This record gives sequence, C-alpha cells and structure tokens, in this order.
Amino acid sequence: MNELSLDFPQGSLTALVGPSGCGKTTTLKMINRLIEPTSGVIEVQGRRVLDMPVHELRRGIGYVIQQTGLFPHKTIAANIGTVPSLLGWDKARVRQRTTELVDLVGLDPELLSRYPAELSGGQQQRVGVARALAADPPILLMDEPYSAVDPIVRARLQDELIALQRRVHKTIVLVTHDIDEAIKLADFIALLNVGGILEQFGPPADLLRSPVNDFVANFLGRERALKRMGLLRVRDVELAPVLDGIDSSTAVRLDTPLRQALDVIVDSHARAVAVVDEDGRVAGMLTIEQIAAGMAKR
Amino acid sequence: MTVHLFGANGPDSFIWWDWVDRHSADIKAATLEHLRLTLIAVGIGFLMSAVLSVIALRWRWMYSPIAWVTGFLYTIPSLALFVFLIPFTGFTTLTGEIGLISYTLLILIRNIVEGVDGVPASVKEAADGMGYRPARRFLAVDLRLATPTIIAGLRIATVTTIGLVTVTGLIGLGGYGGLIDDGLKRTFSTPIVVGAGLSVVMAIVLDLALVLLERTLTPWSRRRVSS
Repeated sequence: MNELSLDFPQGSLTALVGPSGCGKTTTLKMINRLIEPTSGVIEVQGRRVLDMPVHELRRGIGYVIQQTGLFPHKTIAANIGTVPSLLGWDKARVRQRTTELVDLVGLDPELLSRYPAELSGGQQQRVGVARALAADPPILLMDEPYSAVDPIVRARLQDELIALQRRVHKTIVLVTHDIDEAIKLADFIALLNVGGILEQFGPPADLLRSPVNDFVANFLGRERALKRMGLLRVRDVELAPVLDGIDSSTAVRLDTPLRQALDVIVDSHARAVAVVDEDGRVAGMLTIEQIAAGMAKR
Repeated sequence: MTVHLFGANGPDSFIWWDWVDRHSADIKAATLEHLRLTLIAVGIGFLMSAVLSVIALRWRWMYSPIAWVTGFLYTIPSLALFVFLIPFTGFTTLTGEIGLISYTLLILIRNIVEGVDGVPASVKEAADGMGYRPARRFLAVDLRLATPTIIAGLRIATVTTIGLVTVTGLIGLGGYGGLIDDGLKRTFSTPIVVGAGLSVVMAIVLDLALVLLERTLTPWSRRRVSS
C-alpha cells in the first residue's frame, strides 16, 4: 500500500473499513509496528513510532485481536495484569488495577482465578479488552474484535464498548469488515479500497448522506437513509404539535433511535406516533414527514 | 523366604527365587547403574536438543539439516553403533552414552520445535503486541505452552532409552543388560527374567513420574471449558 494519510482524532473511535486486501489490518499493525512500514511517517501523540524502542511503544498502546489471543496458561488475573507486570508494577498495584478493570468491563470477579478456556467467547473478549486497558494506554487498537463471536453476543459487546468509551475516552482505532459495526461504533469511518486507497473519511452520518462515489455507496449498501436514521434520535428532529385522539399507548421516547420510531409508526398502521419526554409527558408528535424533513436538514 | 510361583522352585525354574535373594545386592547395583545410564542419556540429550532446537527455531533453514542428521543417527541399529564406536572409545560408559544420547535427539528436537510451532499464532501476536521482548516471550509464553509436547517427547525418549540401555549390557556396561547377558551366556532364565522385568517396571515408573511432572507444570490443561 502507499500514500495513505490519516489523522485519528484524539479521544474518538475511528473505524478502518474496507474489503479484504484494502490494507486496513496492515494500517493498524503499522501503528504498533507489528508490521514495519518501509517508508512514511507514523506519529503517536507527536512522537514518531519508528524512533521509539518497539517494546516501549507497544506497552503504551492497548491491543485487542479477534481470537482474543489470551494466554491459555495464565489465569484471567494474570492475563489482565500482563502489561503492568511487564512495566514492573508491584504486585499489590497490579492486583488493585485488575480488580478495577474487571469491574469496568463487567466481568464477575470470581472469574479472576480461572483460565481462559473455562470462559465463554464473550467473556474472553471482555478479558481481552480489560487486558488492553490495563496500563491505561491513551490508544487502543482493535483488530476485528467481535467477528469471532455470535451475533447476539457481538451486539452486546458493541453496546458495552460504546458505554466503556464514554467513560475512558481513548483514541480507538478499530478494524472491521462489517460496515454496520463501523456505523454503530465509530465517530469517524475511514473507508479504504484495495491497495490502501482512502475513498472517504468522515462521521458515519456524512458517509451515509453523501457518499463521494459509487464504491462508497455500494460498500455502505442499500437502505442508507434507514441506516442514518439508526444514528439519529427522535429529539434530533422537529416534532409536530399533538393532535387530539393520538394513540399514546405506542408512544416513543425522545432518546429512541429514529429508525425504531419509524418502525413503530409503520407497525401501528399510522402516519404518526406520540412522543413522550423523560417524565412520561407527551412532548409532541412524530410523523413520517417530520422524519423526512429532519433527515434532510442533517 | 521361598515363594513357589511357578511350581517347584530351583535352578531350572522360570525364576529361581533363592538366586534372587542371594543376588539382591547385584540387582540393586544393576538398577542404580541402569537408572544412571538412562538419566545421563536423557539429561544430556535434552540439553543438546534444547540448544539445537533454539538454533532450528531461530534460523529456520537449520531445521532440515538438524532433522536429517539426527534422523540418520536414529536409523543406525544400536548394537552396530556400539561395535563401531568400541575401537575409538573402548568398552566404556562413553561408548554407551554416545549411542544412547544420539537416539534421544530426533524425538526431543522434533517435539520441542513442533511444540513451540504449535503455539497459536494469535497468542504470539498478542504477546508481541503487548510489548514482550523476544527472549522473554520465548521463555514465558512459547516454551510454557509447548510444555505438554516437550514432555511427551521426554516420555518417549526415556522409555526408549531404558530399553536401549539393556543393549549396552552386551558391551560390558552394567544395568539390567548385564543381568540378561549373564543369563543368556549360562542359559539360566532367572537373571533374564529379573533384568527384563525390572526394566519394564523402571520404564513404567519413570513414565508416570513424567506424567506427574506435566500435570504439575501445566495446571491450565487440567481445567476445561465449563460454560
């Protein structure tokens, strides 16, 4: 690959997406130098990665991979404590940090004395994330982290990552071939084409609203408007005044995703649905026209 | 004390217990010598294999010549090798050990290299990605995970060596081979039965000891998927 220039905004999650052969994993692995770039410059927080001792660089970057890569011969506690131990933290500090992380990723502390093979796929993936965050690195690299778990667990792990990111604000680079995963998780999407060509970079909603070319449009797939509605919430569009006789039994909330609100409208054979605020008071009415108008503005 | 295990007990019985009683010191000496020859062979063989395996793992192109040479050594019949060595090293422990050590190399090197190669790529990648330095990763991750395969190699090498040590009795070394040689020369079955029987017992005991060692060193492999 050649001539790829990317900025990963601090504290946000950027997804590298593209077909196989687009170099998304290569790009990721060049950041922690698992693949050495032959030319070009990669900087992490203003420091050139090629100028740093490779083990020091890597200890400062969290790394999560698809098959978890947990150490089968170490307990969950020892797995999570890997980088702190490499950094020479004393035992008590490592133990305290391990306990914090187990809590952060929502694992049962009982599991700390188990071995990875005794855990489910979802639990193993959570351990992988806890291990990557152990030394509190500012950067987290995630290589297809959820492609080996079943869809239900995957959806839950994705929700957990969103919640986790709200608390830790890491600069996350996530590689995925699943555009819907990228739309759901990312603040920014870098869509790559074969050969490492950057086709489009921007927030998911921007790509969905205005794909720059056919490649981007095709990769995003059909139902781009619906996918974009999944990113917006009812409060993001202007509501219509309430009409008498509206059925409030089907009411949606202000924080309901727009896509889900549309589903409610269609499913109840109506043209509108009542919207209630946090206190359960009717705040307005959402119509299909309102949704379309709101989408056009954004 | 006389035990009549196979009918009337005497010099012509399958095993003459009086002889066993009278020669208990000789049998004990043979046991210690057999054990000594075995442990030296497996011990030195393991150290040499460890060094050669590290070379083969570090410089991959070295693996096939190493495998070829040790494979060739393995195909030489043991007695022929001992006879070939006698003009150079005489009827000594050295002659026996050169042969015995040679036979352990193929099995041990293959198991060490394949054990390390068998460590999942994802585990190695994760270790690298978290900032293990190469030597530390090799010791703390690769070797630890290769332990079951390496011990499997040690078990085969040990049991094979115990069998081969009996052959060194024919070039005048002690051990159970000495007892068997004595019995063959005099067409007297008791020492043959004692020597052969005890070498089987030794093989079983050392094999069990290695199984126990493996269980101690690999606590993670005893517990399996629960959920």
